[in-house]
Amino acid sequence: MTTVKNPSYPITYLRPASGWMPLDLAALWEYRELIYFLTWRDIRVRYKQALLGVGWAILQPVFHMVLFTVIFGRLAGLKPDAGIPEQLYPIFSFAALLPMQLFQQALQRSSISLVQNANLLTKIYFPRLIIPLSAVGAALVDFFFAMLVLGGLMVAYQVPVTPRLLWLIPLTLLAVLAALAIGLWLSALNVQYRDVQHMIPFLIQAWMYASPVAYSIDVIPQSGIWRWVYALNPMAGVIQGYRWALLDATPPAGFLWVSVAVVAVLLISGLYYFRAMERTFADMV
Amino acid sequence: MSDWAIRVERLGKQYRIGTLNSQRYQTLRDAITGVFDRSARSAVSGRIWALKDVSFEVRQGQVLGIIGRNGAGKSTLLKILSRVTQPTEGFGEIRGRVGSLLEVGTGFHPELTGRENIYLNGAILGMKRREIERKFDEIVEFAEVGAFIDTPVKRYSSGMYLRLAFAVAAHLEPEILVVDEVLAVGDAEFQRKCLGKMSDVAQEGRTVLFVSHNMSAILRLTQEALVIEKGRLKLRAPTAEAVDYYLSQGYSQEGQRTWDADEIPPEAAPFRPRAVRVLSAEGRVTDTVRSTEPFHIEVEYALDAPITGLRVGIYLMSMRGEYIFTSFDTDDPQRFERYPVRQPGVYVSRCTVPADWLNEGRYAVGINASSFRVRRYFQDDQALSFMVDATGAPGTQWTEARLGPLRPRLDWKIEVKA
Repeated sequence: MTTVKNPSYPITYLRPASGWMPLDLAALWEYRELIYFLTWRDIRVRYKQALLGVGWAILQPVFHMVLFTVIFGRLAGLKPDAGIPEQLYPIFSFAALLPMQLFQQALQRSSISLVQNANLLTKIYFPRLIIPLSAVGAALVDFFFAMLVLGGLMVAYQVPVTPRLLWLIPLTLLAVLAALAIGLWLSALNVQYRDVQHMIPFLIQAWMYASPVAYSIDVIPQSGIWRWVYALNPMAGVIQGYRWALLDATPPAGFLWVSVAVVAVLLISGLYYFRAMERTFADMV
Repeated sequence: MSDWAIRVERLGKQYRIGTLNSQRYQTLRDAITGVFDRSARSAVSGRIWALKDVSFEVRQGQVLGIIGRNGAGKSTLLKILSRVTQPTEGFGEIRGRVGSLLEVGTGFHPELTGRENIYLNGAILGMKRREIERKFDEIVEFAEVGAFIDTPVKRYSSGMYLRLAFAVAAHLEPEILVVDEVLAVGDAEFQRKCLGKMSDVAQEGRTVLFVSHNMSAILRLTQEALVIEKGRLKLRAPTAEAVDYYLSQGYSQEGQRTWDADEIPPEAAPFRPRAVRVLSAEGRVTDTVRSTEPFHIEVEYALDAPITGLRVGIYLMSMRGEYIFTSFDTDDPQRFERYPVRQPGVYVSRCTVPADWLNEGRYAVGINASSFRVRRYFQDDQALSFMVDATGAPGTQWTEARLGPLRPRLDWKIEVKA
């Protein structure tokens, strides 16, 4: 309808919007470099002026593993899954800590990301999804460093390298998407209700206890309703998948499909909720 | 005509009062109790229009000034145009990429080095990495931070920080550039550089929206300006006319300006301004003085506690904000020594401006009360304005307007050499 004099200039329409917004992945793609730069900023800033620098990304999960092994493995005497020798408890717990910490970090960072970047939100336009996405990206970078430790442990405990290890890739992706899905909900809610950020430390701690990190999934009754309730936690499927791929533990099987379904529902609803709330961020934050 | 770059129609933006004042966010509890408590609900639903019924068009390549007082809605308008926030009503179209300089240095991180911040800030402003790489040297040169480029910006002086921030933003190449008050900060040299860059941008044929409180910058850079008042578009006119209109608003025009208790910022204590007045030669408060007669400007103030080294003075400015002079009551060294400490009480500091000195026109008086290098108690750059009538002044036999703020009666001699 409008005659465009110079067709290379795109036209932007400004109008009040209401209801559900399309995802607009094209705009996200246009700004992909910004995701990279914001992720890079988070990483740079976190390890600036720290003597050990990125070494902390390796040390933190190692400390956790040592703590878990001493407290849960030795003192509390928790056993790995049936069929896994007890002396493998360190790698048994690490196989769970690795995706769990990725999930926790990504969830925590993305949930507070919008409020943390309030100065950007109120001054400059860019697709708002970039902010929680790059927060998740920063957690993923830490995860890759922690993976090096896993490699070391596999050598130390002579864990065989099998094609099954390739399953770690989709499992990791599932953990990331789960964190992103919840992060989208919480970050948008946090813009309006700061109560969210007070709740997050508790949430991520509770989530760890609700996942088979310190203990074996065998403690959950094999059949019946509780098994399925437990499966609603997507991290239960991810962790069991990790242990299966690495240590030949009980396969997650049908369990995992519940996780995938839960994540899909949370992610799609989270994306649309985020997009719907997005237009008020600059005014509310 | 279809050569517009920006076109907006009946744009309006409503804010809930609750989101504007100090109670910036609600808690979940408020929201929950609000559902049951009607009074809490109505308190939250107070709304104001920050912008209402604003319609205008900007041609491609035009540099348009936007002026208005703080809180008039300028920033809201720019935020809508740069898509940071959405209008509540109305409609707008923008042709081309919008680059906004709503605040220089947005997204700068103090822990990162100058180099890292250039990349980060460039990306935030919408530049591609290749574009930043191409302009990197130019940016560093413009910012004059050469040797410190790999130092974290938290160690920069505020001047360096600003120069770098502006340099990145100034090298954006959007079709439409939105600039808000970048010149409010920085030293004179830096401001000149920024203005130079801005006029370069304009000459390249890009569309610029320029918001500033600096009227001489607005006059220099723009031919046309919008005046926004209380969220509404009051006037669109050639810049000189718009500036005159803007400046004549809000000034007291009775030759006197007084301050109520609630207009005095708490930081001013123990200094309390009471009034500033323009007095004719006979001592009458007046809005218009004659240029051929001396007149007085006086500041009346109260001190609630003794102040050491106090000086109370005035600025005289043209209505465009250019300074003509600054003068303090203790400029005379002997008088300064006579008042080392001013005791509590009510004072009047009065000066006399000589006859045959100012040109005709309207002038602004600002006041300042400070102790040198110790503290500035109070300052108001727009305290009052007054008219100078040039009847009988030198040269009035010719009806032309004389250039310049002064109209002195100089002692001319004409000698016949041959």
